[in-house]
Amino acid sequence: MATTPLTLKELSKKEGLLTSGHRMCAGCGAPIVVKMVLLAAEGPIVAANATGCLEVSTCISDYTAWKIPWIHNAFENAAATLSGVETMYRSLKKQGKISKDIKFIAFGGDGGTYDIGFQSLSGAMERGHDMLYICYDNGAYMNTGIQRSSATPFGADTTTCPAGSVIPGKTQQRKNLTKIMAAHDIPYAAQASPSHWMDLVKKVKKALSIEGPKFMNILSPCNRGWRSRTDDAITLSRLGVETCYWPLYEIENGVTKVTFKPKEKKPLVDFLKPQGRFKHLFAPENEWMLKKFQEAVDKEWESLLKASGNEQP
Amino acid sequence: MAKVVAVTGNEAVAEALRQVNPDVSSAYPITPATDIMQRFTSFVSNGKVKTEMILVESEHSAMSGCIGASAAGGRVMTATSSQGLALMWEELFIASGTRLPIVMALVNRALSAPLNIHGDHSDGMGARDCGWIQLWSENAQEAYDNTIQAFRIAEHLDIRLPAMVCLDGFIISHSIERIEYMEDDKVQNFVGEFKNLNPLLDLDHPVSYGPLILPDYYMEYRRAHAEVMSKVPNIVLDVASEFEKISGRKYGLFEAYRLEDAEIGIVILNSAAGTTKDVIDLFREKGIKAGLLKPRLYRPFPYEEIGNALKHLKAVCVLDRADAFGGSYGPLFIDIAASLYPHKNGPVLFNKIYGLGGRDYLPEHAELVLNELAEVAKTGKVKTIKEYIAVRE
Repeated sequence: MATTPLTLKELSKKEGLLTSGHRMCAGCGAPIVVKMVLLAAEGPIVAANATGCLEVSTCISDYTAWKIPWIHNAFENAAATLSGVETMYRSLKKQGKISKDIKFIAFGGDGGTYDIGFQSLSGAMERGHDMLYICYDNGAYMNTGIQRSSATPFGADTTTCPAGSVIPGKTQQRKNLTKIMAAHDIPYAAQASPSHWMDLVKKVKKALSIEGPKFMNILSPCNRGWRSRTDDAITLSRLGVETCYWPLYEIENGVTKVTFKPKEKKPLVDFLKPQGRFKHLFAPENEWMLKKFQEAVDKEWESLLKASGNEQP
Repeated sequence: MAKVVAVTGNEAVAEALRQVNPDVSSAYPITPATDIMQRFTSFVSNGKVKTEMILVESEHSAMSGCIGASAAGGRVMTATSSQGLALMWEELFIASGTRLPIVMALVNRALSAPLNIHGDHSDGMGARDCGWIQLWSENAQEAYDNTIQAFRIAEHLDIRLPAMVCLDGFIISHSIERIEYMEDDKVQNFVGEFKNLNPLLDLDHPVSYGPLILPDYYMEYRRAHAEVMSKVPNIVLDVASEFEKISGRKYGLFEAYRLEDAEIGIVILNSAAGTTKDVIDLFREKGIKAGLLKPRLYRPFPYEEIGNALKHLKAVCVLDRADAFGGSYGPLFIDIAASLYPHKNGPVLFNKIYGLGGRDYLPEHAELVLNELAEVAKTGKVKTIKEYIAVRE
């Protein structure tokens, strides 16, 4: 099969597999992420979707935005459900009832991936199913109205950890899921951002070329939850990368590689300032939080550089 | 030639599954069902079946995997008990609402707390309204026969619903009985090739499974589910009559034992029916007209047929191996009472709760109930409508 050259011009000629007319919010990052992932894939794909924004907005009976076979089961089990689909595929292929090669991709938000779906994801990765699990991480339970998840960044104001006079938003750091997934010793785990489309597409292509379980964590701005402008999704995801809040890297067979190093690492506040969910951090009494958050970002970035043999002077 | 063997209930179910030879199984171990999947995975490891196993990390994922595999397009089965079924609860509704013909052996076991691994019907009763077909089995032979028939019923193109085959934990699952196995080719011909309906893996006709359906159409989907449930009893009878031709064993919606001319009767599920039938024979010898009704198809419940089978009796005691807390009576009693509701001059009813958490059900318990029934039939009066038997008060 001829592969599409990696240029926007050529990619734009490919048929979009998630149609327009879905009901995601204007300015949402998730459909951009899904479209990029599907553009990167060559050949037949079967997808599973955890309950969440993407699922409820793309398949409301009797309409579907998916041009590929797609299954939604429940919130916490996209990985287990796709394990079933992939296993039936292997069974039927062995029996000679299916001849085509099919790639399997699961999509889940951070709630369905970091939290309630974590066990199901961990199990599927350990069992070695041939699938790529994509988490579109918008940092909270956005579908049910912006509740805190274990992916919610430190300090963020959500509807269940509201910034109040006693508790200033979320008081814990995020769970580092990408590293946890890499610790499953799966052949490929990576982080990507829709602002860096080439990096994202390359990673999806690489992941799909590898047999076995793969995981990608993709930053997905949500203007409702982040309290940001509807046309800022790409700008904000770029700032996430350039401040090293959301480092772009991959861990392939245990080898860590930082795939994008900002020429000049921007201060974290550049990413936080345009977002209403961090507004309270800029009050004088919460200055310590900005400092603590910046320290955590620095620490992760340095450890990534170290792991990739890429220490800054 | 059919083979006569001495095996446990679990072994018999595993053998039926080997003969059916499904495409995929997704399962998680739990006492007392574990043994079924242990035996089955040894068939997989030794190339006796074509089945691909998914050895998941929980029962929730077991049923999720079954749903994915079944939607993908192929024959799927699993087995569980008690807490495992409870953990699957959410997925049970999704399997039936998506109309996926998954077959599951449910080795009945008590629910925690307190933790107890022994047989009662709390697990199956808790799942009675989840839209699955339920076939209950008195012994290893019935568990074997029901397992084979369950695939035909679940996969019937007019039905396409998941089915569970219930058998009593330990009492049946771990006791050795004499049973007859059919030949492999007979079972395979009976079950037939799996017929796909909108498989997810059909790339030429991409489908979306699991849509969001809002108030404009949700109710019509539930109505359709109710409608298809109503078609199940006739299909169960058709499949049973075909099964009789190849096995010589007759099945219906329920078993009526010495019921036709009976004046008093016991309604009871699964293994305890065997003990009760022996005691009924003793009462018959004494000239007391006693009979028994043992439901086989518990969901959908054949209200009309069971009501007609019991309406002529003077007194009926329903024995429940589970309680429905806060519902006043045991779950089976509630269904029997509902089936007799249209019959104004029907029998006097009362309810006993027995055998919870594996407590023995002995012939003397059946005797006690039959003596009370004889008394109630005479006086037409019931002292206590519901009580626990063989329990420390």
